[in-house]
Amino acid sequence: MASGVKPRVKVPKTASAGETITIKTLISHPMESGQRKDKEGNLIPRSIINRFVVEFNGENVIDVTMEPAISTNPYFEFEAVVPESGEFVFTWYDDDGDVYTTSKNIEAS
Amino acid sequence: MRTILTAGSFAVVALLAAPALADPDEDNLVINDELQMVTETAAPAHMEHVDTIYSGWRFRTDETQALQIDDFENPAMIFVDQGMDLFNSVDGTEGKSCASCHEDVAAFAGFHAEMPKVMNGKLVVMEDFINGHRARAMGAEPWKWSGPEMQAMVALIGLQSRGMPMNVKIDGDAAPYWEQGKEMYYTRYGQLELSCANCHEDSYGLMIRADHLSQGQINGFPTYRLKQAKLISRHNRFRGCIRDTRAETFAEGSDEFRALELYVASRSNGLSVETPAVRQ
Repeated sequence: MASGVKPRVKVPKTASAGETITIKTLISHPMESGQRKDKEGNLIPRSIINRFVVEFNGENVIDVTMEPAISTNPYFEFEAVVPESGEFVFTWYDDDGDVYTTSKNIEAS
Repeated sequence: MRTILTAGSFAVVALLAAPALADPDEDNLVINDELQMVTETAAPAHMEHVDTIYSGWRFRTDETQALQIDDFENPAMIFVDQGMDLFNSVDGTEGKSCASCHEDVAAFAGFHAEMPKVMNGKLVVMEDFINGHRARAMGAEPWKWSGPEMQAMVALIGLQSRGMPMNVKIDGDAAPYWEQGKEMYYTRYGQLELSCANCHEDSYGLMIRADHLSQGQINGFPTYRLKQAKLISRHNRFRGCIRDTRAETFAEGSDEFRALELYVASRSNGLSVETPAVRQ
């Protein structure tokens, strides 16, 4: 179980309809690769976030398969077109079965 | 004769060009598009050999600088958030958290700008203050000086003063500690026989191998250092510098480093508190 996992996202509050906006996301997570050994020489088991999904009003925006080489506190920055007002839903899937979700509303005019 | 003249004029050109290369850059630090920071100001009166003091931010690359301009981009903010969780979590035999007594961390605005300072006849740095309260009020185990909990808390308390000018007191009962710190600053240590001043006063702006030497200001500590990917305490950085002179260093939390911290902090007087800063 990864502790202290905290998702955070940055989405503009408003945009004009059809505008391309930049979204930034960051989640605090150790992203233990499964390759490292502890002091006794035992392998530290892999514990990473393996998938990141963003939806806008139920429509998929991005869907990322995440691999063990991604470093601690994964950061994603991407662009999305906003056709109407709505809600971005961000979901991270942890190896241990945990799912972290956060959402942001955007007003399109 | 002609050759000599030409060589001479070359030398003049080189001399004129050199300071421009060595200077800090001209960038202006505004955090979150709203908080104007002072990264350059007249040196405090006690500094005899320097006219202008510059934040270390001015010596970093554009990419590193960008990380400090927006709190979302600033990796140190993850640790500040952890500090906030710690502030609210109960620890120790008294069943208290920091918030039990201090309620709102925002009440610490301005505190970090005046640290270290003499309290009850002793020079107190922020780590002492935190561990002192943990012991006396909470009955909790002290945190390790450069441990993640301690530095997250120092960063959280420091953040409340961000944008305020550094203003540590150097006279009165602080004077003997300050004098001790100043003595250390100008003392050459280690096999390489380097004092703090050799790099950070005489040679700032030059390159020391691949690193652009700053004035060694500590107004942004604890600092997120990209190479260590975590918050670095002031004493950790002192230790690192002294180690690089190939000397036996003082310990983190030693009286020597407390005194040095007071003196070095006083050299930042007038610069904005940048805690938590981002450096290379």
